[in-house]
Amino acid sequence: MRVIDVSQITEAIAKLCIEANYELPDDVYQALKEALEKEKSPVGKAVLSMILENAELARQRVAPICQDCGLAVVFLEIGQEVHFTGGSLKEAIYEGVRKGYKEGYLRKSTCHPFTRANVGDNTPPVIHYDIVPGDKVRIVVAPKGGGSENMSMVTMLKPADGLEGVIETVVNRVKEAGGNPCPPIIVGVGVGGTFERSAFLAKKALLRPVGKPNPDVELAKVEQEILERINKLGIGPMGWGGTVTALAVHFEMEPVHIASLPCAVNINCHVARHKEIII
Amino acid sequence: MGDVIRLTTPLTDEDILKLKAGDNVLISGVIYTGRDAAHKRMIEALEKGEELPFDVKGQIIYYVGPSPARPGRPVGAAGPTTSYRMNPYAPKLIALGLKGMIGKGKMSQEVKEHCQKYKAVYFGAVGGCGALLSQRIKKAEIIAYEDLGPEAVRRLEVEDFPVIVVYDAHGGDLEEMGIKEYRVEG
Repeated sequence: MRVIDVSQITEAIAKLCIEANYELPDDVYQALKEALEKEKSPVGKAVLSMILENAELARQRVAPICQDCGLAVVFLEIGQEVHFTGGSLKEAIYEGVRKGYKEGYLRKSTCHPFTRANVGDNTPPVIHYDIVPGDKVRIVVAPKGGGSENMSMVTMLKPADGLEGVIETVVNRVKEAGGNPCPPIIVGVGVGGTFERSAFLAKKALLRPVGKPNPDVELAKVEQEILERINKLGIGPMGWGGTVTALAVHFEMEPVHIASLPCAVNINCHVARHKEIII
Repeated sequence: MGDVIRLTTPLTDEDILKLKAGDNVLISGVIYTGRDAAHKRMIEALEKGEELPFDVKGQIIYYVGPSPARPGRPVGAAGPTTSYRMNPYAPKLIALGLKGMIGKGKMSQEVKEHCQKYKAVYFGAVGGCGALLSQRIKKAEIIAYEDLGPEAVRRLEVEDFPVIVVYDAHGGDLEEMGIKEYRVEG
């Protein structure tokens, strides 16, 4: 058994919230640089150049990459040999979010659904716990912007719709979203389990390094096919026309109920933030 | 990309009519911020016969909710938010003389038609470039609805703020044009 004081979790979460909002991950930066090479539209190229310049400025702490510093989505993989002391783990995570968003000058974007009164400290975060073998704790903080989240969707397809139905659903979603989610986007697709499991898989797919194919060769081919179809739509950077609408499609799949074919599409903007630490 | 057009607010009909979808524009002068919650309150104020926090005639509203300013800076990250959420409100403000909106993504057919009828323009700014765009904002001051936090109405003084014309006053639509040019059939 390994004892971890929850104050360590608070500090780690705070640091990850700040870093994620100021430092665009290298894989995303590289993918954007490649996109700049590939993009055929002059307007699209200008947009991509500006995005890369912005990432540099944010890294120098001029301001966060985007004013939408996101809802804090936190993934915790907790080794089953870990014992937490010093208080509630959940409260420690909340405190980490409060601290990070305050000290990092990050925008607090949570509010009451109807009065729209701002909560003021960006809580509650969305927390996904997973218990795994071992005595380590892996924490991933992935702040998620509202603009791209609003363009995401779960569709309960019929089994008869099949793979082609899934592909159509994903491509149509991206087409309808147009410039709204800040293309070039990363498209997370989740097919599996129930309504909420498919959404979780789509979200988790966004954490994969940009463009890293699914280890399953067949699924990797599907990812490629969807990506090609999306990039033929002509939406381009910011929706102002171009050849790079998506940087990557990440597809995650699990068995489903015999009656169902749930298909979730979670769209991430080009500010695809995620930072992790292993304690 | 064509030449860059420089505009200083407030805008006149003449300024608006020379703009075409796809034009690159650098805006200087005063612009106002407003997004979801502020628009809801402004429209409610109008319905009650009350004054708006600022006279919209000739002005530009920037759809943005900035992040907090770091010490020594007027404003934090300040890129555009998605504009379609302002579809229910924008036509009323355009009819009152608002000359421009800055945002990202599509807006409604009604907004497009209002841009033509009342001579207004919908500008796009590059989303997810909050740090870069914040450097073009020289001063920021909350003038209304402070309780809304990031959604409060701010008066911004901007210098060479980079935007592109998305909907012009002649029916032009940059997104439509762009997709037509780069879409590959099949």
